[in-house]
Amino acid sequence: MKEKAVVQGFANNLDARNRRGVLWHVLFQASTVVGIVALIALMLNIINSAFGYVAYEARVDPDTLAVDGTPIQDQSKDQLVALIHSTLSSGAYNKLDNEKPFADRSLEEVYQLVVERIVRPKVVEVWNLWPSLTQADAIRATVARDHPDAELDFVSWLTTDFVTRPQTSEPLTAGVRTAILGSLWTILFTILLAFPIGVGAAIYLEEYASDNWLNRIIQTNINNLAGVPSIIYGILGLAIFVRALEPLTSGKIFGLVNLTSENGRTVLSAGLTLGLLVLPIIIINAQEAIRAVPRSLRNASFGVGATKWQTVWSHVLPTAMPGILTGTILAISRAIGETAPLVVVGASTAISFDPNSPFSKFTTLPIQIYQWTSRPQDEFRSLAAASILVLLVLLLSLNASAVLLRNRFSRRF
Amino acid sequence: MAELSLKNQVEKKASAINLRRKPRWGETIIQSLLFFSGFFSIFVTIGIVYELGKEALLFFQMPEVNFLESLTTAKWQPHTGNFGIWPLVNSTLMTTVIAMLIAIPLGMAVAVYLSEYANPRVRNILKPILEVLAGIPTIVYGYFALTFMTPLLREIFGRDVVQIYNTASAGLVMGILILPLITSMTEDALSAVPRSLREAAYGMGATKLEVALQIVVPAALSGIAAAIIIGISRAIGETMIVAVAAGAGPNFTFNPFIGAETITGHIVRISGGDLSYDSIDYNSIFALGLLLFFITLALNIISQAIVRRFREVYE
Repeated sequence: MKEKAVVQGFANNLDARNRRGVLWHVLFQASTVVGIVALIALMLNIINSAFGYVAYEARVDPDTLAVDGTPIQDQSKDQLVALIHSTLSSGAYNKLDNEKPFADRSLEEVYQLVVERIVRPKVVEVWNLWPSLTQADAIRATVARDHPDAELDFVSWLTTDFVTRPQTSEPLTAGVRTAILGSLWTILFTILLAFPIGVGAAIYLEEYASDNWLNRIIQTNINNLAGVPSIIYGILGLAIFVRALEPLTSGKIFGLVNLTSENGRTVLSAGLTLGLLVLPIIIINAQEAIRAVPRSLRNASFGVGATKWQTVWSHVLPTAMPGILTGTILAISRAIGETAPLVVVGASTAISFDPNSPFSKFTTLPIQIYQWTSRPQDEFRSLAAASILVLLVLLLSLNASAVLLRNRFSRRF
Repeated sequence: MAELSLKNQVEKKASAINLRRKPRWGETIIQSLLFFSGFFSIFVTIGIVYELGKEALLFFQMPEVNFLESLTTAKWQPHTGNFGIWPLVNSTLMTTVIAMLIAIPLGMAVAVYLSEYANPRVRNILKPILEVLAGIPTIVYGYFALTFMTPLLREIFGRDVVQIYNTASAGLVMGILILPLITSMTEDALSAVPRSLREAAYGMGATKLEVALQIVVPAALSGIAAAIIIGISRAIGETMIVAVAAGAGPNFTFNPFIGAETITGHIVRISGGDLSYDSIDYNSIFALGLLLFFITLALNIISQAIVRRFREVYE
């Protein structure tokens, strides 16, 4: 009798329970969709800004540059070089000639130079991709009304030129080569510091360390360091690498005093700072890779009389290497995207020359994005969007290579 | 006597074949190098505490600065000699709370969906997407906050209400940033709950939802709590989103639609210019950094302690 009542009760509210189940299921699914929508909105927002119409005016009317009725588009290379020579100051001309002799430049390059340095187009208004596609006629009408002298072009801010040009203050001719090279130089020193020490620490903790208080402290400390905000590392780098070790990081003790780096705010300082930042990540990843190497491999090596280090060097490390490298690449991609510590360490705000030594001043891709984002003008937002695309492509290819490495070389035991 | 000589003989024979370990200097050197690598991280921690502590001490010794006043007043204006910490702390807490309001419910819902509902094929598509979200640099989120979220908020609430720089937009985008972190940690905790617990609940006639919310989630509670605390710690230390979108200038306000600078945002703005050593601005970023370091360290330690204390261990 009582049992029946219980079963009855069970059946009575079964519908309600199932309804609640369906409701929550939809809720869970909706949350997941919200996350995906956020990612899509992020990507679309960037693409939206990276392409679109640009209206620009020439600061110097190209018609006035025509020689004997020949517009500059149709002039020969010699005529254009002569034009550059007569218009620019001799210092600026010689500097251009030093960068790449005019004799070696193609007609197209020289024409580009004339546009950049003499005609100097100035952006008057920028439209994003969406309005450019849907309201092209309205945009043309606006430009014809407000800026009768302006030319209207549909541009992609992300071009191969954008990647290979140095940074300038002119939006239409600015590029990210300086920033990309700065990022690469920085990462070089990050790897040089973090990889050997990180792998060494992982080997020590996994192969040598006995379970005593000191080693437990080291392990806990590494886990805690992984959770320290990146900006703290920036402050540490400012105090240690930029200030305390200034003679080293500015190149003074090597007698390399050049005018561009009279202080410690150099590529070297930035790279070492990021090295400290990714060190705990590399250690933790390498530890996992080493832990996955089976005991039997080590025992076999010991059995034939190998020493501890011979075992580690010839058996454990080669087996764990794909995992270690994968973890390192992921850590590197984290370092490439870091902005805050480098702002604190003192990335330069506007440099147009490429870094060429550890003691060069630098800017990096994320720093460049930060600076362009902080400018109120729309054209700089578009430049920021284009450099974000460059950065994301770089990170995506790094991550893809990490995944490939893991799938190609990892062995299961 | 005879016994003794026998022992001597045995010992003599043994010493003929030396079974003692040969000292291997190469091994010793390598081992000490490895130990140094392991110990290096301790130097980093000592470096952080020492450098930050030293400069922060200098900061509090400056005539303009009073430790008690810093803690009790609500105005941070270095140029007029006001160093009340609360405007910075307040806006840090506001962005963090807004971020967690987004990240905790969404992150946990996504984690429950992935771990309990989604079939393996869907999970294999969704998890990489979440990893992509987690791998995007924070400056990109900052750009997103400024060029998408802020205009959206201004469209919804009106341009007079929402300023161009505001903590709401920064907080919301920060929530999206932290979402994958909370999801992946929560999902790990949920997947660690053994199948047998779920099967037992199904055997008792529980629905899928009841199994998920009343069996699996409570069993994984320690891992979930740790995920939330790590998320909070990440939100407090997050820099670029607030530097780009939350506004410049300390502002003591509870209005999320008004610009206000957080601790991290302030550090970035102050150090963005060429900072001269031993100026009051230079020393103040160390004091703020130390505060930030201790807050996040405490949160990380609490999260580790929770995992250790309350973890349910299943065979």
